[in-house]
Amino acid sequence: MPKTMFDKIWDAHEVADGLIYIDLHLVHEVTSPQAFDGLRMEGRPVRRPDKTVATADHNVPTDGTPAARMIADELSRIQVETLERNCEEFDIPLYSLGSDRQGIVHVIGPELGITQPGLTIVCGDSHTSTHGAFGALAFGIGTSEVEHVLATQCLVQRRPKTMRIDYSGELGAGVTAKDLILATIGRLGVSGMVGHAVEYAGETIRGLSMENRMTICNMTIEGGGRAGMIAPDETTFEWVSGRPGAPADFDAAVAAWRELPTDDGAEFDTEVDVDAAAISPMVTWGTNPGMVTQVTDAVPDPGAWGDGPADREAAERALAYMALEPGTQITDIPLDRVFIGSCTNSRIQDLREAASIVDGREVAGSVRAMVVPGSQQVKAQAEDEGLDDVFRSAGFEWRTAGCSMCLGMNPDILDEGERCASTSNRNFEGRQGRGGRTHLVSPKMAAAAAIEGTFVDIRDWS
Amino acid sequence: MRPVDVIEGKVSVVERADVDTDQIIPKQFLKRVERTGFGEFLFYDWFRSGELELEPNPILVAGRNFGSGSSREHAVWAIQDFGFEAVVAPSFADIFYVNCTKNGLLPVILPEDACRELAAAGEGRIDVDDQTMTFAGGVVEFEIDEETKHRLLHGLDDIGITLKNEERITAFEQAGGADRGPVTTGL
Repeated sequence: MPKTMFDKIWDAHEVADGLIYIDLHLVHEVTSPQAFDGLRMEGRPVRRPDKTVATADHNVPTDGTPAARMIADELSRIQVETLERNCEEFDIPLYSLGSDRQGIVHVIGPELGITQPGLTIVCGDSHTSTHGAFGALAFGIGTSEVEHVLATQCLVQRRPKTMRIDYSGELGAGVTAKDLILATIGRLGVSGMVGHAVEYAGETIRGLSMENRMTICNMTIEGGGRAGMIAPDETTFEWVSGRPGAPADFDAAVAAWRELPTDDGAEFDTEVDVDAAAISPMVTWGTNPGMVTQVTDAVPDPGAWGDGPADREAAERALAYMALEPGTQITDIPLDRVFIGSCTNSRIQDLREAASIVDGREVAGSVRAMVVPGSQQVKAQAEDEGLDDVFRSAGFEWRTAGCSMCLGMNPDILDEGERCASTSNRNFEGRQGRGGRTHLVSPKMAAAAAIEGTFVDIRDWS
Repeated sequence: MRPVDVIEGKVSVVERADVDTDQIIPKQFLKRVERTGFGEFLFYDWFRSGELELEPNPILVAGRNFGSGSSREHAVWAIQDFGFEAVVAPSFADIFYVNCTKNGLLPVILPEDACRELAAAGEGRIDVDDQTMTFAGGVVEFEIDEETKHRLLHGLDDIGITLKNEERITAFEQAGGADRGPVTTGL
C-alpha cells in the first residue's frame, strides 16, 4: 500500500502503540528547567544525552554580552545559568552564550547538520516544525513532554491526520517563501491545519532553497498544524553534506533518504491546491497570522472578513489593538520599527535578500531598524560577505544571535504603541512588547519598509 | 498528578476565538524556573487593562482554537494555579490540549452551541468516566481518547508508565532503532 512520507517516518519510529522514538531532542533555557527539576525529584537520568543538544536563545541579549554570568537581566541570567548547570549535570552538549555555535535552536540544528531527513525531532518550542523542511517529522512539545523525552527518549503521541498542500506555478519576482506561507495561512485560517501533519509539495516547493523551505515549515504552527514537512531531494542532501553532524557514510544515508518521499497514490486526509504564481507580497494587518492581505490591498472591513460573528468580532478587536481604520491602504501605514530576524527569517539567504534591498539606501529618519542574525555562524558568514557593512551604512543596528524581538524576552522590545514591520512569525497582542503592533512580512518587504518608512510593494523596486 | 474524575461548579467565560498562549501568560513571566506561582499572571495584560475579568471558578469556558501559538506549558500552569480545573471549548490547539492532559487540567471539547448554553447556565458538572457535561438544560457527551482518560482518572505519571515498557525501548534501540540520526556528543 502506498504510504505518505509522514507514515513512513512514523511507522519506523513506533516502539509500541502510541509511543514513538525520538532521534533528536533540542533543548533551550525557557521550557526545560522544570523538566530537569522533575528528573532530579525522581532520580531519573537523561536516557540519551547523545541524542540531545541545547542552546541558549530565547532570553539572551543581542548586544554582544559574551557569557551567561554577564547577562544584565537577573531572571534571564538565572535561566541561562540554570540551563548551563543542568546540561553539565546531565552531560548534554550545550552551545551557550559565548559559543561560536550558539544561536536560535531552529537555526543551529540545520546548521550543524544534525537536522536530517527521516528523523523524529522534538523541542519544547512550537516552531520545531521548521526542521520538517528536511523531510523529518518535527514538532513542538510542552515541558512535561520534554521531561518525558529526556527520561525515556520516547514520546506518547496520537497519530495526527495528514494534509498535503500542493503548490503549482512559479513565485513572482519579489514574492518569497514567507509570502507563500502567509497567503496559505490567510486562506486556511489559524486553525486550518489543527490535528494534521502537513506536507508542502509541488513544483513550487521543489524549486525553493533550504532556507525558504524552513521558512514555510516554520510557520506551520501558525496554521495550527502539528508538523510541516517537505520531501528531501538534492537540495536537501547538498545542505547536509559536509556539516559537522552529517552521517559518516553519507552515500548510504542518501540512499535511505531517497526512499522517504510520499509514494504515488498515497492518500492524505486532506488535500489543498494553491496557485503559487497568483501570490503577492503579503502583510498582516491584525493580531494573528491569518489576518493577512496583499500589500496592494487595504485594511479590510471587519464585517466583510472571515465567516460569521466570531470572526467579525475578532477583526474588530484586532483593528482596535492595531489602531488601524478599515479601508486604509497597506502602503499608507507608517512604521516606527523594523525587525529582521527570528527562526522564520534570520538565515544567510534572508539577510542577503534584505541587504540587496538596503544596499546604497538609508533607513527612514522615523524608523529604528535592527538585524538579528539567527546564529553566531550566520553572523560570521554575513560579516565575511560584508552584509553587516551594508546594513550598518544604511542605519540598521547589527546585533548578535538570539530570538530577540520575535518574542521580546530579552531587552529588544517594542514600546507601547510602536508599530513594527517584522520578519518573525507572530503578530499576537503584546508579542513584541506590551502594546506593540506587529506586521509580519518577508525580509525584502521589511528592508524596503525600513527605507521608505511605510510599507511598499517590493515589486515596484525591482 | 492528581486524579481527575468529577469537576463541578461555576463557570467563568472567555468569549473569544483563537486565544493564544501569549495572552494566557505573557513572555515576561516565562523567565521563572519553577512550576508554581503563575496564577497571578494569568491573562496579565487583559486583566490589567480591565478588558477581561474572571472569577477563579472550577470551569473555564472559552472560544474555538483555545491555546494557539506558543507551546509554553506555563499557560496551563497559570490557568490551574489561578483556580480552574477544566477548560471547555469548541476546539483546542494541539500542543495546548496535550499540555492540559499532562497536568490534570481537563480539556473538554463541546459543540459551539453547548459552550454557549453552558456559559449561560453559569454552572455545570463534568464526569470524566461517563464523558458527560451536565448543566441546566442539558447533558452533552464529549469525546476523549481512552488512554488519556485512563491516565487522567487515575492521575498516572506518564514517564512511570513508559518506563514500565523500558525493555521495549531497549529492544527497539538494539534492533537498530537508535542508529538513525546524529551523535550530538561528538560534534
